[in-house]
Amino acid sequence: MIASVPKIGHIGFGELKMGMVARVCEVDENCLESRRLQELGFTLGTEFSVVKVAPLGDPIEIDVRGYRICLRRQECECIGIEIV
Amino acid sequence: MVTASASAGKSASALASKLSSGPVIQTRPVANRTLRVAVVGNPNAGKTTLYNALTGSSQHVGNYPGVTVEKVTGKLKLASRTVECIDIPGLYSLNAVSADEKVATEVIRPRSDEAPDLFVYVLDATNLERNLFLYSQIAEFGFPVVIALTMSDRLGPQDRSVSAKLLASSLGVDVVPVVAFKDKGIDELKAAIERNLDSPRIPVIALDVPAEIAAEIKILGDRLSRAGIDASLAEIRSDLLAPVEATRLFVPDFPEMWDAFQESRHRLLDANLLRPSIDTQARYQWARGIQDGAVKKPLTMLPRPKSRTDKIDQILTHRVFGLLIFTAVMYLVFQSIYTFATPVMDLIDEGFTRLKQGVANVVPPGDFQSLLVDGVINGIGSALVFLPQILILFFFISVLEGTGYLARAAFLMDRLLGWCGLNGRAFIPLLSSFACAIPGVMAARVMPDPRSRLATILVAPLMSCSARLPVYLLLISTFVEPQLGPAWAGFALFAMHLLGLVIAIPISWILNRRVIKGKRLPFALELPPYQWPKWRDVVLAMYGRGKTFVITAGTIIAVMSVIIWSLSYYPRSGNHAADTPAQQEHQLEQSFLGRAGKAIEPVFLPAGFDWRISTAILSAFPARETVVPSLGIIFSLGSDSDETSVDLRQKLREATWPDGRKLFNPWVAAGLMVFFALCAQCMATLAAVKRETNSWKWPLFMFVYMTTLAYVGAVIIYQTARLLGQV
Repeated sequence: MIASVPKIGHIGFGELKMGMVARVCEVDENCLESRRLQELGFTLGTEFSVVKVAPLGDPIEIDVRGYRICLRRQECECIGIEIV
Repeated sequence: MVTASASAGKSASALASKLSSGPVIQTRPVANRTLRVAVVGNPNAGKTTLYNALTGSSQHVGNYPGVTVEKVTGKLKLASRTVECIDIPGLYSLNAVSADEKVATEVIRPRSDEAPDLFVYVLDATNLERNLFLYSQIAEFGFPVVIALTMSDRLGPQDRSVSAKLLASSLGVDVVPVVAFKDKGIDELKAAIERNLDSPRIPVIALDVPAEIAAEIKILGDRLSRAGIDASLAEIRSDLLAPVEATRLFVPDFPEMWDAFQESRHRLLDANLLRPSIDTQARYQWARGIQDGAVKKPLTMLPRPKSRTDKIDQILTHRVFGLLIFTAVMYLVFQSIYTFATPVMDLIDEGFTRLKQGVANVVPPGDFQSLLVDGVINGIGSALVFLPQILILFFFISVLEGTGYLARAAFLMDRLLGWCGLNGRAFIPLLSSFACAIPGVMAARVMPDPRSRLATILVAPLMSCSARLPVYLLLISTFVEPQLGPAWAGFALFAMHLLGLVIAIPISWILNRRVIKGKRLPFALELPPYQWPKWRDVVLAMYGRGKTFVITAGTIIAVMSVIIWSLSYYPRSGNHAADTPAQQEHQLEQSFLGRAGKAIEPVFLPAGFDWRISTAILSAFPARETVVPSLGIIFSLGSDSDETSVDLRQKLREATWPDGRKLFNPWVAAGLMVFFALCAQCMATLAAVKRETNSWKWPLFMFVYMTTLAYVGAVIIYQTARLLGQV
């Protein structure tokens, strides 16, 4: 995964809770998951909010660029996010 | 590992220079063929509804991402001519990830033989940014494009309204607002298509990329044109920045250019600019600009206020009520299939019985009459009787899909299916497999991840398809209902359907750990806003599925029935016709099939099956729907028996071993049902798996593992019964 200096507000996808707003601050150029997430709209600097968490804690429903997408927390670890 | 940070992205765009991609193909060679129009767009953009409105062709439609999995063509009637219309599977990006997207990318590639003369791009007005991302990729190819602006009816007065005029002027192509299910805007769209076929408008698109990249693209462009290769700047950029060989558009076709590309790549790498994210970023930045120009009110701040869909979701995806409602919906679906299908099935059954009588009256008795009546008509009839169930199931699937509920069901089920290597999307193929594994196996193309897709294909036939139903109904009504009552009979039926699902979970876990190799892709499931189902789409989906099924029944199943018929009919025991039940039984016993059944009896003894049951099992390997007619022949009734036949039930209850013990009891019946629930008895499914996986390895693997599982299951049940002193 991406090695990075912990920043203020830096957070993992695993820690996202319902209602939180976060921003993409790092992307992994070589990983397929990261590329697909960017194509879905999670480019650097994009803000999104967590709308809902599925009954068993995963996946999570996200509002990004005005549409809704469900993602698994673990599969999003290839992009770095920070709390807004 | 190369990473980028937000600040680096900003400084790069500060250096950016405008890079405009000119059209590659101004005048396409007009071949001696029908003109081709391709309908393309994101999943959930309303593409299939539009396609149905344009062509009236049969297509599956829905909110569930990626539901269009087959290449579908239809005829599009314009004012002065008829053109071919291709439905391209919904996709998010031309950097293909799923099997669907690969199909689409192949068609869209500028140098493809399949390349259309015009694109109709379906643009969802409620989701402009992401929809424009794919548009930006297609626009760069230099094909003429007409935009169909969908979903604008869903933007209420308080909502953001999208101006088609402003969009048209900023994109440089025709933009036609449509409400496809009401046929609004369709005539205008057809007129625009016709206009663009005569005098095409080719989109021009300008993306912001860093100056260094623009310089490299120019260098490469010059070298390519000196080498006589016709390539757009967009194609060069795409190939230059693409991290994976497979996603490159034309470099693989021109090995002499590899070195030039490598040199440029090295220079960019040194400057930390060889980043595919720059391309994505530039497209979204462009899309944002176009959106802001065309929309009256921009998006509200995050987190956004609750929409109508959110309020519905508060109940439908609630952690308790959501799961309860999901279970109730599934129960309702299956209950309806049984309740509503039965009267129609009885009618079909009666029709085929009359047909058989009619043919028997016309054709003189003998081999040929038997071939027609017992082989062909009987075989096709025993398959066609499931048509009502298939239609009802697809009615529900397409309604649930059309409303957006199926995506929610996948959201709820993902964790449950996810840990074993499947994902929430496996839910559709698995649900379809309850009607028939063939559409189920085909529906697995909705899964972008090849590993999950293969796992889903391999477990889909474990779901109890409708062809297993007659065996369940026969055995339950013979051995469960008389002793335990209708409530338990209903429960037994439910349990048999649950069995496949329960077994599928550990099986796919093992498959994912031990059998299937390769990388897993992320799960990304779109949750579209709720909407009313579009009835034309529902009807067309049912029609399409029904047609496919009838064709299968008329071909594969007919052939298989003839084979089984000849194995049970030959060699003849004597010159006389087998008229009495005793003669028929004798005939069967010494037929090829009966002999095989006897030979294999020792294998099935630990499961408590005698040679007659073994013969029935053997006869059902090509297609399991033949098993009830086979049991009918074997237990001396003639072949016009079905699962409701009182005589057959009576015979089964009375059947004994040579030593006088009863052959059947509830345990043996349960063992037989479990065997049928788990066994791979369907040639057509194996053929579909071969087609989908493009290898004989997986159908063979499926056959071996399912048959082993079935055998072990039946043996366990019988041996448990023996330990408990029940047999």
